[in-house]
Amino acid sequence: MDRLVFDIAHLLAGGLVLVSFMLLYQNRLYALLNIFGLHAFVLSLSVAWQAYIQNAPHLYVTASIALLLKAIVIPMALHRIIRRLGINREIETVVGIGPTMLAGMGLVALSMSIMLQITAEAGQLAREDMAFSLSVVLLGLLIMVSRRNAVSQVIGFMSLENGLVLAAAGAKGMPLVVEFSVAFSILIAFIVIGIFLFRIRERFDTVDINALDSFRGEQQ
Amino acid sequence: MNTMTVDVVTAILVIPIGSAALLALLPNYRLTARLNMLASFLTFLAAGSLFFLERPAPGSYLLIDDLNIVFIVLNTFIGFTTSVFSASYIAHELETGRLTPNHLRFYHAMYQVLMFGMNLALVANNIGLMWVAIELATLSTVLMVGMYRTHESLEAAWKYFILGSVGIALALFGTILFYLAALPVVGEGLDAMTWTILIDHVASFDPALLNVAFVFLLLGYGTKVGLVPLHAWLPDAHAEGPTPISAVLSGLLLNVALYAILRFKLLLAANPGAIAPGPLLITMGLTSLIFAAFMLYRRRDIKRMFAYSSIEHMGIIAFAFGMGGPLANFAGLLHMTMHSLTKSAIFFAVGHIAQVKGTQKIADIRGLTVSHPLLGWSLVVGVVAIAGLPPLGVFMSEFLVVSSSFARAPWLAIPLVFGILVAFGALLLRVGGLAFGEPVGSPAPVEASYIPMFAHLTLVLAAGIYLPQPLVSWFQNVAAVLG
Repeated sequence: MDRLVFDIAHLLAGGLVLVSFMLLYQNRLYALLNIFGLHAFVLSLSVAWQAYIQNAPHLYVTASIALLLKAIVIPMALHRIIRRLGINREIETVVGIGPTMLAGMGLVALSMSIMLQITAEAGQLAREDMAFSLSVVLLGLLIMVSRRNAVSQVIGFMSLENGLVLAAAGAKGMPLVVEFSVAFSILIAFIVIGIFLFRIRERFDTVDINALDSFRGEQQ
Repeated sequence: MNTMTVDVVTAILVIPIGSAALLALLPNYRLTARLNMLASFLTFLAAGSLFFLERPAPGSYLLIDDLNIVFIVLNTFIGFTTSVFSASYIAHELETGRLTPNHLRFYHAMYQVLMFGMNLALVANNIGLMWVAIELATLSTVLMVGMYRTHESLEAAWKYFILGSVGIALALFGTILFYLAALPVVGEGLDAMTWTILIDHVASFDPALLNVAFVFLLLGYGTKVGLVPLHAWLPDAHAEGPTPISAVLSGLLLNVALYAILRFKLLLAANPGAIAPGPLLITMGLTSLIFAAFMLYRRRDIKRMFAYSSIEHMGIIAFAFGMGGPLANFAGLLHMTMHSLTKSAIFFAVGHIAQVKGTQKIADIRGLTVSHPLLGWSLVVGVVAIAGLPPLGVFMSEFLVVSSSFARAPWLAIPLVFGILVAFGALLLRVGGLAFGEPVGSPAPVEASYIPMFAHLTLVLAAGIYLPQPLVSWFQNVAAVLG
């Protein structure tokens, strides 16, 4: 039984890393959004499983927040924004897909080697969980730096936050305060982003960060 | 007596958040500007009374000790003076049409949310709560930086938001790792995130886990402090937001993030097996100092220049705390206080200058001492102070930092002095052009209150000449706590 419990947790957390890789090579915005929905869905399954095995009912709240807000509401809202702004086109990437994937693999290897080494004292379950969640966090960072488009940067950021929620859920008995605040901060972050997108559209009719970059901060 | 202190701590938190709600509802901007001042003043009074009241026993969430009282009082004092400056600043922004009364409602509410976030981060005894509070403070400043909705300010806010979020995410990961390190020793639940309990047990935590956790926390909160190479958001955010926000960012928010790092540094230092956090801070501090000192030479925007000067000074402060020991910690605390006071005074002056001249470009501002003697000379005094000339307070604190590093690690003093001198040259070079020569631009008088600026400069001057004994012993006390 114990073996099965561990394997399922392992499967779900590993699945999250896999979906992070899928986010990494999407080159259309709608597809990116759909995959992000999947990312959040896998996260909610993983957190719910943690809630079950740790016998921690408050984690079900976190899981349902992930499911409702991040797998359903936010992708739908972003769909609307994309449609309204008419920006469903290919995403410009800074470097090609190939090198990005290689960098992603390097980051996963890095986080495995760091986390598995230092968490020797923590339980087997927590170890794997932390290693996977650090991978998701680093892959989220990679998505943010390898994309030029504001919406895809936001998605990169949210996948990074998913990694943090996975880590918080895996840390046994971590107080509710933190999960709740994570969820709450995602909500705030989303509002902020919404305002930003709105304003950016209002001013330039584009959400391409490149257009913002034309201004280097200081005019000569 | 004890319950009274609890009330005071509550007041420090409830006044800002309550008035934020109120200010968001009231439409009259004159009234809200005054209320903003009043709320900030009351918070400052409450914070000041902490010096005299007996301290409550630390709870699961809140803590008052020697270390954070210094930060809270400084925070609320500059929060109050900046609200006075802001009242006259925004009246002018309304006249020129850069802001509308609706913007101001939002602005005042956000100002108090920012004060709430910073105060909460300072009194938090729970590392998770501290993280939430710093995130809240960051988000409120992001919104204010983007308030002018120009091309430049939106880019600055976006950059700040993205980099700040990455920083805050790394800090949260570090916090979770810290909890994981505490778990086997302290047990599950709130206790494993309570700072006062952590410090009692930290010696038996797993050092390897602590090391990695600290690296994440240092990178995360270090982004907020603006330490090089994580500083990219800082100059833009300072240059493009409203000037009162530049003053609060430089004077306060950077300190709050540094305070978070100091709390974790204390925990690390109490574990014999963990890496020494000092050398990491020293390296980042020196890099920031030297990088920012050279960047000062190439600035064309006056607010951006002083933003780089903030990076430079945060570098010096991080260096001092990294050195550790009673003298260096004392110098670090003093330098932090002096820098906050001086830098916000400079931003007050710069705000008035930019408004009257209608530009932030250094090349378009000249001869201020001729066209606006009072303002021009205040700027000169401020820049002389921040450059570290005697007899002002910054000189004394920089002198202490340098001499403590000579005593402990002389070879580290060489890059330190080098950086300070490079920055000194850049600042004096620029202020010469700004303050003297043939005046350029509008000679219109400034209709604004100079009181906050004068108050800060007077304090800095007074501290340079004479530090009152109670203050010295208080700082020595805190320096000893910092180890």
